[in-house]
Amino acid sequence: MAIPISYSIKSLVTRKLTTALTAGGMALVVFVFAATTMLAEGLEKTLVETGSRQNAVVTRKGAPSEVQSSVTREQASIIESMPGIAAGAQGGRLAAKEIVVLISLTKRGTDKPSNVVIRGISSASAALREQVRLTEGRMPRPGTYEIIAGSSIARRFEGAKRGETLAFATRQWRVVGIFDAGATGFSSEIWGDADSLMQAFRRPVYSSVILKMADPLMFEDIKKAVESDPRLTLEAKRETEFYAEQSKAMSTFLRIMGTSLTVIFSLGAIIGAMITMYSAVANRISEIGTLRALGFHRSSILTAFLAESLITGLIGGTAGLVLASFLQFFTISTLNFQTFSELAFSFELSFWTALKSISVALIMGLAGGLLPALKASRMKIVDALRSV
Amino acid sequence: MSAPFIGIRGLSKSYMRGERALPVLKNINLDIAEGEFLALMGPSGSGKSTLLNLIAGIDRADEGSIDIEGVDITTLGEASLTAWRSDHVGFIFQFYNLIPVLTALENVELPLVLKEMSRKERKERASLLLGLVGLSERVDHYPGQLSGGEQQRVAIARAMVTDPSILVADEPTGDLDRASAEEVLNLMRRVNEEFGKVVIMVTHDPRAAEKAHVIRHLEKGVLNAAPH
Ligand SMILES: Nc1ncnc2c1ncn2[C@@H]1O[C@H](COP(=O)(O)OP(=O)(O)OP(=O)(O)O)[C@@H](O)[C@H]1O
Ligand SMILES: [Mg+2]
Repeated sequence: MAIPISYSIKSLVTRKLTTALTAGGMALVVFVFAATTMLAEGLEKTLVETGSRQNAVVTRKGAPSEVQSSVTREQASIIESMPGIAAGAQGGRLAAKEIVVLISLTKRGTDKPSNVVIRGISSASAALREQVRLTEGRMPRPGTYEIIAGSSIARRFEGAKRGETLAFATRQWRVVGIFDAGATGFSSEIWGDADSLMQAFRRPVYSSVILKMADPLMFEDIKKAVESDPRLTLEAKRETEFYAEQSKAMSTFLRIMGTSLTVIFSLGAIIGAMITMYSAVANRISEIGTLRALGFHRSSILTAFLAESLITGLIGGTAGLVLASFLQFFTISTLNFQTFSELAFSFELSFWTALKSISVALIMGLAGGLLPALKASRMKIVDALRSV
Repeated sequence: MSAPFIGIRGLSKSYMRGERALPVLKNINLDIAEGEFLALMGPSGSGKSTLLNLIAGIDRADEGSIDIEGVDITTLGEASLTAWRSDHVGFIFQFYNLIPVLTALENVELPLVLKEMSRKERKERASLLLGLVGLSERVDHYPGQLSGGEQQRVAIARAMVTDPSILVADEPTGDLDRASAEEVLNLMRRVNEEFGKVVIMVTHDPRAAEKAHVIRHLEKGVLNAAPH
């Protein structure tokens, strides 16, 4: 039969300060854990949402990103004429030959340069990305040095607002529109006409061909057609997978860093909890003896002290999580070192992250409380009662 | 003659003091009748508390048997002995040993948590007992807000709340002034007379011992001959 939980709670309330300090240590750990996990998930979500299940990306075999890929004009034409590509509203095929290059731009209010993705688009490009909405101005006209900037770029980079001009590839580029692509990687890109960009950058080849499949179930056929054609040294991936892979290195790094920090910090928090619980036990030895004399079993004592430690963990975990949840209001912009370009994304708090964070706190409570609780439960009654 | 309420035979216990075993109780034989109020007296270190703790089932003997209401409690395992205590023994300690974070009512209610009883029943019974010791007004007070005498009365209510057959008290008045001690002793006397509880009390105080029916003396772990 268990000692009422109110006993554990009241004991915690009685030593408010130590409870708060112990819970505070745990809150810090949970905050770090939750924050890094939220960051990794935000990144993954952004890049996964960048891709569409309906689309396939064709790049050079083994190219880790579009920037490092090349598709010749002949290869691009072969891809374009392949079966299984959806038809657009105006009748054309929904396949876009694109070129992706990195340029260095200066962030507003600083003189720090950052790499930005610039994408040369063709007529089908916009139709392939349903997330992309023009919020200001118009699309760039083919054959001109006009560009449109993603909302995140327009906000953060010098000269990227509508009506401003950017200088790169020895030319002046006029920003004629701003587009928003939600929480996707496209919001961190600049788009211009593919042919103009190829000319300006003196690049004779495309980077990729994006196509919308008539039926997403046909992906395997398209993949096989692309990869078995001896004229093509290309590979096809679902767009969702393509972007998920781009987030992998960075999100894995974030997760490993998060886990390492959590493990290191939690050792401190566990030791803190252990010290607190040992002193709680030491201060209440005769109380423990009394409870045992009254007929409470060893297991009840164990449970009561573990409950104290777990409740401390729960308090700390909740505090850390609430703190971390405020991070959702922030957007992080950083270098995705897989593509070497700037990418803006937010902290993403999922139910599972919340659950895992609270579990981390409870595990700390359990680990810190177990030995002291065992000590309390194993005490001999007469010895416990003699210590007043 | 029917079997005594408590029958102790050949009870011995020693503590290890470094390498050497230090005998604390030597071959104790003691009968306690139903309804008896027994006072255990003797010099400090004579083993009074040790004997009381053995009878109350919170310590283990080296040798001998303790029959209580037909059960030899020295044969019980840890868990059954714990359950046995909760059914049969009420404890009164020198320093009251109330749980400081619980109110008077919650303290008295605590042993009932181990019984099959609804929360409402528990509260009712605990209030009844607090009334019995004259502390109806103090149910919501914490031990720290009560005088020593009041705390000891709460402790008596707690000891009585499960309706045990035996009450053990180790120097229950050792920490009290004369007047409070008198109150506590009268209460114990009443518990013995009105409710028929066997009371075993360890005390140094001859005036406390006067309240008992039987006084037995321990000397260096040996029980003096019973008075006739
Ligand atoms: N846990 C223990 N470990 C070692 N020695 C003990 C232990 N408990 C009691 N003793 C010793 O056993 C002897 C008897 O102790 P006990 O507490 O029974 O005496 P007592 O008669 O109650 O004395 P007092 O009147 O001072 O309370 C003492 O010498 C004491 O030091
Ligand atoms: Mg003693």
